[in-house]
Amino acid sequence: MAALAPAILVRDLRKSYGQFEAVRGIDFEVAPGEVFGLLGPNGAGKTTTVEILEGYRQRGAGIVSVLGQDPERRPRDLRKRIGIVLQSTGMYRHITVREALTHWARLYPHPRDVDEVLSLAGLHEKADALARTLSGGQMRRLDFGLALVGDPELIFLDEPTTGFDPAARRAAWDVVRSLQELGKTVLLTTHYLDEAQALCDRVAIIKEGRIVASGPPAELGASSSTYTVTWRSAETGAIESRETGDPTALLHQLTSAALARGGQLQDLSVTRPSLEDVYLELTAEPSSESADASDSTTEAAANV
Amino acid sequence: MSDALVLAYHQYRLERRMFWRNPSAAFFNFLLPLLFLALFGAIFSGNQEDLNVLIPGIAGMSIMATTFSSLTMNLTFLREQGVLKRMRGTPLPEGSYLLGVFGNAVANAIIQLGLVIVAGKLLFGTGWPKDWIELAVYAGAGVVCLAALGVAWSHVIPNYDAAAAYSNIIFLPVIFISGVFYDVNNAPQFLLHLAQVLPLVHIIDGLSGALVSGRSLSDNLSGLCVICIWTLVGLFFAVRGFSWESRREG
Repeated sequence: MAALAPAILVRDLRKSYGQFEAVRGIDFEVAPGEVFGLLGPNGAGKTTTVEILEGYRQRGAGIVSVLGQDPERRPRDLRKRIGIVLQSTGMYRHITVREALTHWARLYPHPRDVDEVLSLAGLHEKADALARTLSGGQMRRLDFGLALVGDPELIFLDEPTTGFDPAARRAAWDVVRSLQELGKTVLLTTHYLDEAQALCDRVAIIKEGRIVASGPPAELGASSSTYTVTWRSAETGAIESRETGDPTALLHQLTSAALARGGQLQDLSVTRPSLEDVYLELTAEPSSESADASDSTTEAAANV
Repeated sequence: MSDALVLAYHQYRLERRMFWRNPSAAFFNFLLPLLFLALFGAIFSGNQEDLNVLIPGIAGMSIMATTFSSLTMNLTFLREQGVLKRMRGTPLPEGSYLLGVFGNAVANAIIQLGLVIVAGKLLFGTGWPKDWIELAVYAGAGVVCLAALGVAWSHVIPNYDAAAAYSNIIFLPVIFISGVFYDVNNAPQFLLHLAQVLPLVHIIDGLSGALVSGRSLSDNLSGLCVICIWTLVGLFFAVRGFSWESRREG
């Protein structure tokens, strides 16, 4: 099967602000129909990367292609095919939700039906409310609606749920899932692990302008070969735990001992590192100014 | 191209609707010049010479309020709110957006000029305009010039909190030295020279010719030149420096 051309292609992308290198050589691809997450702490370079892809910023170096076009030249044809939810939201103060969606729909060649977008975004009851009277969560749903009303193929979501209460987050997640069902390609940034885990087909963890790990959320943890096996010791009654590259032998040993004893093996669990473990491990080290952060970590480890 | 014009029209309609729903905009654009007209009209009442200075002066002030002041305030607000950035992510051509915004300012200027002219006829004895073509030329040149300068000036304003101060530090001194409320020829020499360099005094001069004295267009070509130069300066900085995002974002 011939692979589809990627919706987004990024090769060795770099961007500096003055002396500060915000993005230091990033590569990734997003396939059509995929929900791809850029995951990382604040200031990691997520928004800079996304805004280069959206056409708001010029890259320093590297190759960028969005739906086969170079966003830097801001082709209007490309803007007809993408939808953008920016990190911070703002709107005319005196516009109603329906007026906003109707106006935005006019800007696109093949818009979705405004009523359909109202229900997709969960804003039917707020259709005649002024934008300035909306709560944060409702405003975010309007952002989604405005990004969707042009029926784009590709949607950018920059930290779509930051500052939300749990209910509003779930509602936003539902909208992203419905986008996925509609076959849209989604690039989202987040610093919430659960969000990346819940929504993304693949994630790239980004730190200090570099991608430090990438893959499907479930496999990111699995890529580390360490399993943690814990059980309750029959002799001491205490929880014991051991890390192993291959738990088969250890499990065999434990289960046969238990069977021989004629008892149970209590509190047994075998866990792989979760995405959270990987994320914390990769991003939690004190940030180092120099590019040889990993070298100094190795040195520190060697000195122990 | 026609698509871009249709979109500009839609943007214009939206801007109109937003304008009417915003009481403070309506105040600064319409009420303030009319209030000044009423107050100074009352003070000068019975003195037709002063009233003949006041009516074109208020007309010029109205053009400046509806274009320069309102655009600087509005664009600063929309930029800081992120509305401009959001607009820029849509297929709306930048030119269509600016044309729609400009059209809104022009509409306000026309409405306001109409009100001032009607008030001049009904209340202050200045009669109907003597020269409609001259009126159209000077009102048109004034609107384009001051709108361009307003857009250009909005780049200088750091944030919306400062917008009123930045707008009025230009607007108030300029309307005072340009002879909105009195005959400029009575002002001290240096103020007179300063005002002559700026566009508003020439706009008012032209409007005075059109509304009151009936002096012909060709008598005032040097003033029209000053307005044109300011228009070019304004357009240059308006287009060149236009920022769609607030500076606070990194």
